[in-house]
Amino acid sequence: MIEDLIRGSLDHCVKCTICETHCPVSRATPLFPGPKYVGPQAERFRSGDVSPDDSLDYCSGCGICTQVCPQGVKVAEINSRARRTLKESRGIPLRDKIISRPTLSARLATPVAPVANWSLRNKLIRAAVEKTIGVHRRAPMPKFAGRTFQSWARKHDAPRLDRSVVYFHGCSTNFFEPDLGAKTVAVLEHNGFNVIAPRGQGCCGLPLQSNGLFDDATGYVERLVAKLAPYAREGYDIVATSTSCGLMLKREAYEILGMESDDLRVVSERMYDICEFLLDLQERGELETDLSPVPMKVPYHVPCQQRGHEMGKPAVDLFRLIPELQVVDTQRACCGIAGTYGLKKEKYDIAMEVGRHLFEDVTRMEPEVSVCDSETCRWQIEHGTRIRSVHPIELLHRSYEL
Amino acid sequence: MKSVQTEVLVIGGGATGAGVAWDVATRGFDTVLVERKDLGEGTTGRFHGLLHSGGRYAVKDKLAAEECIHENLVLRRVAANTIENTGGYFVTTPWDDPAFGDRFMEGCRDCGIPVEEIAPPDAFRAEPRINRDISRVFTVPDAAIDAWKLVWDCAKSTKEHNGKILTYHRVLDILRTGDVVRGASVRNELSGEEFDVHADVTINATGAWAGKVADMAGCPGVQVLAGKGIMIAMNHRLVNVVVNRCTMPADGDILVPIRTVSVIGTTDIRIKDPDEPDVTQAEVEQMLDDGEKLVPGFRRARALRVWAGVRPLFKDVRAPETSDTRDVSRSHALLDHEARDGVTGFLTITGGKLTTFRMMAEETVDKMCEQLGTRRECRTSIDPLPASRTGKFYWLGERLSKREATMHEDQLICECELIQRRNLERVMKQRSSTILDDIRRAVRLGMGPCQGGFCMYRATGILHDVERIDSWTANRSLRDFLQERWKGVQPILYGDQLRQARLDDWIFHGVLDVEHLPTDRLEDRAEREHP
Repeated sequence: MIEDLIRGSLDHCVKCTICETHCPVSRATPLFPGPKYVGPQAERFRSGDVSPDDSLDYCSGCGICTQVCPQGVKVAEINSRARRTLKESRGIPLRDKIISRPTLSARLATPVAPVANWSLRNKLIRAAVEKTIGVHRRAPMPKFAGRTFQSWARKHDAPRLDRSVVYFHGCSTNFFEPDLGAKTVAVLEHNGFNVIAPRGQGCCGLPLQSNGLFDDATGYVERLVAKLAPYAREGYDIVATSTSCGLMLKREAYEILGMESDDLRVVSERMYDICEFLLDLQERGELETDLSPVPMKVPYHVPCQQRGHEMGKPAVDLFRLIPELQVVDTQRACCGIAGTYGLKKEKYDIAMEVGRHLFEDVTRMEPEVSVCDSETCRWQIEHGTRIRSVHPIELLHRSYEL
Repeated sequence: MKSVQTEVLVIGGGATGAGVAWDVATRGFDTVLVERKDLGEGTTGRFHGLLHSGGRYAVKDKLAAEECIHENLVLRRVAANTIENTGGYFVTTPWDDPAFGDRFMEGCRDCGIPVEEIAPPDAFRAEPRINRDISRVFTVPDAAIDAWKLVWDCAKSTKEHNGKILTYHRVLDILRTGDVVRGASVRNELSGEEFDVHADVTINATGAWAGKVADMAGCPGVQVLAGKGIMIAMNHRLVNVVVNRCTMPADGDILVPIRTVSVIGTTDIRIKDPDEPDVTQAEVEQMLDDGEKLVPGFRRARALRVWAGVRPLFKDVRAPETSDTRDVSRSHALLDHEARDGVTGFLTITGGKLTTFRMMAEETVDKMCEQLGTRRECRTSIDPLPASRTGKFYWLGERLSKREATMHEDQLICECELIQRRNLERVMKQRSSTILDDIRRAVRLGMGPCQGGFCMYRATGILHDVERIDSWTANRSLRDFLQERWKGVQPILYGDQLRQARLDDWIFHGVLDVEHLPTDRLEDRAEREHP
């Protein structure tokens, strides 16, 4: 039961403060009182639908606290659920309703991508948007690709292969980075997989969830898993290139939204992060290793959400297979963006401060690209460093010379 | 020898005594209250926190039920600040007779207790942790009440009406001239000073100790049975509504959400000495088993602390001997010693329960007025207590919400109970006590999950500073407090609380080596070791 799983976990807190010493946000701003405070401590003072503490909203939801807690307290999950109550009791700002529905805006903007992209980069318009809606004028915005991954996939001439895998590409690949989707398909096909990209995959609801719109998020998850579940039931594995969306279906829909459904269960059991999936292949001796040298030295940032998968750093292991590729794990906690957190007017500066050390590390290396699994983190790192940031698949794709 | 003159002397600083002092003072009498320890340190501070709706007694004891619902409504008005309006459920678990529910409903209606049967799924939605095999649920206006806040506030009102509250003053003897009680001789337990308090009327409100005090006054045969009950505080709110088993009153039949914890209670064992209620392993096991029936998984949840309280149950000496103190009336007893023993100027009020403390005080002071031949109207059902003048109920998020405004400038000392430095210092100055346990009761210092593990040494440092005490005294305070906390944790050391205790142990023994902290001056120690 969700009450036992999440709220009940506060019982394990011995107040050791380890989470506080790892929290990237409380280090960056005094406005956030820290994960122990807003998590297991404050939770004892919360009940029902009254929300006593607004400061909890400064939690970025990166989830590092839960990762580092030696006692098993679900700190971040407690905070997420408390934030929902907070948002519901205070009323959800229009801004949060908009930025938490990327598919909606993307669907509208894709046909008019040049105009939309111009607008998002126009300083006057951005200043007006900041004033009216509260999205920070300098916050990183992705570019609409103008064509979707789905439209590419429909025209894609797929080879006939023995094995199949389902690709959960998510909204960002569909609307902003269809190229990443195409490269993922190429890498999978090169490894003998027929790639099924079910049509009509909507948003996983993560941005809604992190903005406290749990009911809407639950609806999104339900619709999405209804699309994916039939494949999972037939025994297909599902891969995701978006770490956070993959995590949503693997774990967070249970542990934060408190969902319990058979569709969700079968999908989560079959859900793999793309790097995790490829590394599994490698460990079974099934990964194609015709990898040619990629003579580069690149920084790699592990996104917080990827840590939530509890699968190690499969990308780093895969990079070791690529000749002459030198990868430096930045070991930095967080880039600051945390999905939509860093977009918000009142949180942009905090997010930039959280990511400052990471940006400095990356900039100092002067690499051609930096590498990171999560799209919003890539956009933030690009914003903070002015250096292109790519998904690990890009390097594999390059190394396979596809 | 110094002496103090007053109209009314109240002995006992529990809810009964504080209530009597409040009533006496607000009727305009000169009042002195003496308490051998701190306010609310006995039975009052060791109860489960339930403000009865009367539902518990609706079938068994109609009079008690009627008193409860009456007082429940009065206290909501005059002591709102001490009450959290949680509401209460009476639930039929698989171990209870479903037919009892009908008798319960009928009983409640007869006593004027608002009762309603609701569909169990509605209850499960509101309280997701309760046992899904519960077959019937009734709602009643139970609530949670903070006994310490209540007692402080009675004391505050007493002082506002020029009454005196003397804590740490033990009664050595009752002063009696012929058949007239004229006050008591007392000793200041902290300074050792002894003096007399001369009073026209002396009111014995010492609960389970009432027999001893009556003996001093030469009024023998006041038998107050001490019924021990243990309670376990669980680390957080497992429920947000009071949950009662819908059955005849029994052990482990109630779970009360009070402040940040939930308290399961209670047992009822007759003991000889009210000063030594111990907690046995069997009682702990029994409470946990009973908790499991109300909230499955109860045993896996974190138990914070266990304690034993002693309820005073007045027994008519002529009634046949009984060993189950629960069968003795819970209603209070007001003894008019003029009628009973031919002794004037002396009244004993004992028994009862916290919910009816105000009514007990009112009756007592009415009787006193009658003996004095005056008529003064009781104010306690009309004028709210000082902290309750806004009429707002306490709510769980109060401290958390308040801290939002000051969190950037005021240090947090007790993290579990959210006690900030400025407030702690203010209370220390106010209480002017070097006993950290007194500070604990005033602000709930060290009462959260870590049981003082992180705040105790901080608070000791602050106490040292505020009270300008020497380091030996400070060390003693720290050690005494540590010992006091340990008492309540030791019998429930399992699971999460055991892990906490290990960490606390590392802090206090591993880092601070408290066992070897000097607690007296070098000269004194030398004197003691080499006389």
